[in-house]
This record gives sequence, C-alpha cells and structure tokens, in this order.
Amino acid sequence: MSRALISVPPKAKKGEVVQIKALIQHVMETGFRPNSSGVLLPRDIITSFKCLYNGTEVFACEMFPAMAANPFLTFHTLATESGTLEFQWTGDNGFSVKESAKIQVE
Amino acid sequence: MRRRPRGFLAALVVAATAGAALAQAPPGERRTGYELLGPTTKAMQDDDMANPGMLWVLDGEALWARPAGSAGKACAGCHGDAAESMKGVAARYPAFDDKAGRPIDLEQRINQCRVDRQEAPALARESRELNALTVFIARQSRSLPIEDVVAKDERLKPFLEAGKALFERRQGQLNLSCAQCHEELWDKHLAGNTISQAHPTGYPQYRLEWQTLGSLQRRLRNCLIGLRAETYAYGAPEYVDLALYLMWRARGLPIEAPAVRP
Ligand code: HEC
Ligand code: HEC
Repeated sequence: MSRALISVPPKAKKGEVVQIKALIQHVMETGFRPNSSGVLLPRDIITSFKCLYNGTEVFACEMFPAMAANPFLTFHTLATESGTLEFQWTGDNGFSVKESAKIQVE
Repeated sequence: MRRRPRGFLAALVVAATAGAALAQAPPGERRTGYELLGPTTKAMQDDDMANPGMLWVLDGEALWARPAGSAGKACAGCHGDAAESMKGVAARYPAFDDKAGRPIDLEQRINQCRVDRQEAPALARESRELNALTVFIARQSRSLPIEDVVAKDERLKPFLEAGKALFERRQGQLNLSCAQCHEELWDKHLAGNTISQAHPTGYPQYRLEWQTLGSLQRRLRNCLIGLRAETYAYGAPEYVDLALYLMWRARGLPIEAPAVRP
C-alpha cells in the first residue's frame, strides 16, 4: 500500500490563498532502467493527480517518467467555503489512491 | 551554503594533536551532515509533511501495531506506545548482546524480537519492512543526544577499537581511508557532494540519490564501493563495529532520523 501525507490548513479565512502539500510513496520506475541482469524494468509511474474542493477540480497535473520517486506537490487554492479537499492519484498497473482533508472557512 | 574559514583552527587542532594518527574533530567542531545541507534540503528534512522518510515512519507505525508470526503478537502488544518504550533506544545502539557475545545494531535487535518473541521469520536487510520498523523506532529518539555507550559498557571496547581500525585503514583500489575523507577533507567537495564528518545521526535516512530510504549499512557500502574496496555482506560484524565507532565519534550529537541527504 502507498502512504500519502497531505497538508491542508485546518482553518482559513474566506478569500485567503492557502498552501496545500501532497506527498505520496511511489517508485516512479521510468521504464528505461535495466535491472542487474540487463533486462528493462517495466514502467510503473503515477500518471495523473487531481485535487477536488467540494467536488470542484482546483488543481490537476499529469506525471511523466522523468519525475522523481515519491512525488511531492505543492500548490495553492482560494479558501471559498468549509468542506472537504479530495486528492486522487492514478497510474500504471491500476494504481489508485484517494485521500481527503477537511478545511474550515470562516 | 555555509562557508567558514577553518585554516587557523585546523592548524591549531593539528598542532594540539601532533603525534596522533589523525585529528578527530573536537566536540565544538563536530558538524552533522545536516549542517552542510543546502537550504532546500534542510527545509525538506524539517517539514514532516515534505520529508519522504516520514512515509516509512508511517509504514513502521502500522507494522508496530500488526500481530505477526506464530506467536500472533504485535510489537505494540509487548512494548505498548513506542513514544514511551522506544524513546532514546536508537541513541544507544549498537549495544552489547549477551547471546551474540558482541554488539548488534538496531536492525539486528528488531529481528531478535521478530524471531524469538513473535516467532516470525527474520526480516531481510534493506527490506521495506525492516527499514520502516527501524526508522519508526529511530524517530522516537529525534533530537536526543547520542549516548556514549562504550563508557557505560566496557565489553564494547574491543569492538570500538576494531571499528576505529577499520575507519583509519587505507583500502580499496583508491587506497584511501574513511578518515582521510571524513576527518581531513570534510566541507570539501567530491563531485557534486560536500563531504561530511560521517556522523550517523540520521539513519535510516532518505537519500535523494537513492530515491528511497536506506540504512546506515547501505551508506557504508556506498562509501566502500566508492573506494573500490570489497564490501561486506549486509549484517556483517565489520559494519556493526564501524557503526559503533561512528556513534561513539558522534556522541552528544542529536539523532535526526529520518534525515534527508542529497
Ligand atoms: C512477546 C513480547 C515481545 C514482542 C512481541 C516484541 N518484543 Fe521487543 N522486546 C521484548 C522484551 C522482553 C525485550 C527486552 C529483552 C531483553 O532485554 O532481554 C525487548 C526488547 C526490544 C528492543 C530493545 C530495546 C532496548 O531498550 O534496547 C527493541 C528495539 C525491540 N524489542 C523491538 C521490537 C519490535 C520492533 C517488535 C516487533 C517487530 C518487538 N520488539 C516485539 C519483548 C517483545
Ligand atoms: C573519497 C572520499 C570518501 C571516503 C574515503 C569515504 N567516504 Fe563516506 N562519504 C563520502 C561522501 C562524498 C559522502 C556523501 C556526503 C556526505 O554525507 O558526506 C559520504 C557519506 C558518508 C556517511 C553519511 C553521513 C551522513 O550525514 O549521512 C557516512 C556515515 C560515511 N560516509 C562513512 C564512511 C566510512 C565508514 C568510510 C570508510 C569505509 C567512508 N565513509 C569513506 C566520501 C567518502
């Protein structure tokens, strides 16, 4: 199982720009590296990430083999209303991880 | 990004220890690898939400609570809350083990409980599980000073001496000793790396070059490969003696596991 660490400020003022951090455990095997017997290791990467704020997409990105293992993303969004931020990573071999965090907007 | 004129002090140190084989940095001159990091790597280590080593700490926490082996017992079943029972433990390993008749490292100690108490097969060196349990335990000692275990247990002395001899012996096709780099040339550069004083304060650690978390033995292996010397098998007594000597050199410095290094 892949562990993820997400950081969302628990409280924010309406209209404030908040910083969000998302770190996930993944080998991000490029598909270009041979193993010790010279055979290429099959590609195994996360291909996309998105963040939904009360169901609305506020950040999304695609990922490629050149990204480091255990990708760490930092982005910002506008605190509009209290609710839930959902994080979704998808990738090769059916990789799919979901996490969520609450935010209280005053 | 620290640049400090060391010439004068270094000359003093050399003068003061003339006759000694190599000048060991005196307590005030000791620097952990952390202090030599650039600001971005420091920031990564300092923030538990950005430090990738924390992902393994989470793994270790889950393993700590999970029953295993034919005894069907979890580490937590006997040791309870690791924040209490494992506090300070990593700061005093390698420790003398009666059964082995020699020092063992934290990984070997964990495997003893795996085999004897949980009645489960030993975890392989560098396996994700063993590194996770080790880093979870080491994390409970964060910011605690490394103990002078040799002062408290005379039986460790010959192993400390053996570790020191390994550290000062020239070896490999490059014919260099550990001490030449880590005592005489620290703060200088080797390819893209700043050479540190080789203090084992942050293990298991996340190394960006490895793209993963690894043990102290993996690091020592890397240095031996760099010297084009023969490596020992994982778990070999030579690594434990070296680790004991490194911990003794670093006594008083704070544990920072999981450290992040370039
Ligand atoms: C059945 C009970 C039991 C279980 C299960 C158990 N241990 Fe232990 N453990 C002990 C006892 C008792 C000691 C002290 C033994 C001694 O010193 O002889 C000990 C000692 C230790 C120490 C050394 C502590 C020190 O102060 O030096 C570590 C580290 C440790 N255990 C880790 C673990 C881990 C990790 C697990 C799970 C993989 C685990 N133990 C499972 C009973 C247990
Ligand atoms: C040619 C120079 C050189 C030699 C000789 C050498 N190392 Fe290293 N060592 C390095 C470099 C470069 C690094 C990576 C940067 C750093 O952390 O110092 C390193 C890292 C380390 C670290 C990690 C420090 C940390 O902060 O995590 C330890 C421990 C270490 N070496 C121990 C040894 C031991 C033991 C030997 C002898 C078997 C040895 N080294 C021989 C160059 C050397």
